[in-house]
Amino acid sequence: MIVFQTFLVLVMIVAALAAARFGDLLNAVIACALVSLMASIIFFFLQAPDVAMAEASIGAGLSTAIFIFAINKTVRYEGNEKAD
Amino acid sequence: MSFLSSYIHYVGCFSLILIGLYVVLVKPNLIKVIIGINLIDTGVNLFLIAVGYIRAGTAPIFSEAALQADKMVDPVPQALVLTAIVIGVSVLALALALAIRVYGHYGTLDLRRIKGLRW
Amino acid sequence: MRRLISLLLLLIVALGLALCLSGAPFGARGADEGAGLAPDKVNFGRRYNERGLEENGAANIVTSVVVNYRGFDTLGEVTVLFIAAVGLAAVLYTRTGKAASAGAEPSSLVLFTGCRFLFPLILLLGAYIFIHGHLTPGGGFQGGAVVASGFLLIYLGCPDRKLSKAAVGAVESLSGLAFVAVALVGLTVGGSFLLNFLPKGTVYGLLSAGIIPLIYVLIGFKVGSELGGIIDNLSGGSE
Repeated sequence: MIVFQTFLVLVMIVAALAAARFGDLLNAVIACALVSLMASIIFFFLQAPDVAMAEASIGAGLSTAIFIFAINKTVRYEGNEKAD
Repeated sequence: MSFLSSYIHYVGCFSLILIGLYVVLVKPNLIKVIIGINLIDTGVNLFLIAVGYIRAGTAPIFSEAALQADKMVDPVPQALVLTAIVIGVSVLALALALAIRVYGHYGTLDLRRIKGLRW
Repeated sequence: MRRLISLLLLLIVALGLALCLSGAPFGARGADEGAGLAPDKVNFGRRYNERGLEENGAANIVTSVVVNYRGFDTLGEVTVLFIAAVGLAAVLYTRTGKAASAGAEPSSLVLFTGCRFLFPLILLLGAYIFIHGHLTPGGGFQGGAVVASGFLLIYLGCPDRKLSKAAVGAVESLSGLAFVAVALVGLTVGGSFLLNFLPKGTVYGLLSAGIIPLIYVLIGFKVGSELGGIIDNLSGGSE
């Protein structure tokens, strides 16, 4: 079981590095949702089912939707930020 | 294996906090900075739950199978993290609304070009 | 220059965190293994676990901590969520209300029917989660988030069906007011704010644990309508 939790932590770290490095903001937000999902599964293994449910529904669901609404109204790529 | 089982959760959440801090300090795009703040929030919540864990413990919920109370993990960090997750998402929503307004006013989201936000 | 200073700061923070990491035991058993807290120190987690069931009557100890032992912090959290929703609506307010879905094409029949079929089921799941908050894992915040994701499905799948802003605002305000009213009733009846004044009932029953299911139902309504209102404001607003 500890090997599985190690795998989850490694996936979470790689997803966080991807969220930091992607230039397309939509991809960075999806990587952020992957971090939240891995954190939710780790919460379950640390015997905290209430927190796992809250992180899965609020972190991986609603905050991704709020980010995508905000990206829709502003820029999509990190390099060019010009209003048209 | 003992190193893994003792430290892997702490390594995970500390690297999450450090990556989030790097994104907040270095990246010039405002929405990237808000993504970094979200990463720091997730790392801190994971650290709080990892501190409250007791080896071979069970979740703090009684059921008809009559679980003993002395084998349960600590319920207080879980209550704190529940509050912290909800407050994290409300801070995120307000920050993104302000970013939308900044974009509408200045026409750009680059922090190097917005006056008053340079360092 | 900025990158160099940032990396230096990160190095200092990482050194500090590594010093904390080497001292914190993971999965300590507390008093009976020698690591962790000494037996003469008060350990609140153990006290809540051992006496939570007979003092509150709720099977979920985390729920009784959130609503009863630290109920005032939950009132503060509901206030912070309310301030964020009001602030977001005030920041994104435009005098000429533009219709965000003016250019959106109407959704196909399969999508429309599927969303309309799924929406009451999602509401039912959210209501189940916050009604049984004191018996199973879950509670007001989780159930409210599930209800808000049902609202999100309607905004995305059926773009010409909007929920009325007045009804959502009324539900949010009335449930917040009812939470404070229940707390004040505890003040008049027993002498302390947020006192658990209803009878405790039998354990594992639906109507047990005093005011805990009542408060969680109110929190579920409030969080659901609040997050739905936030999604509504961010996606362009209606009427």
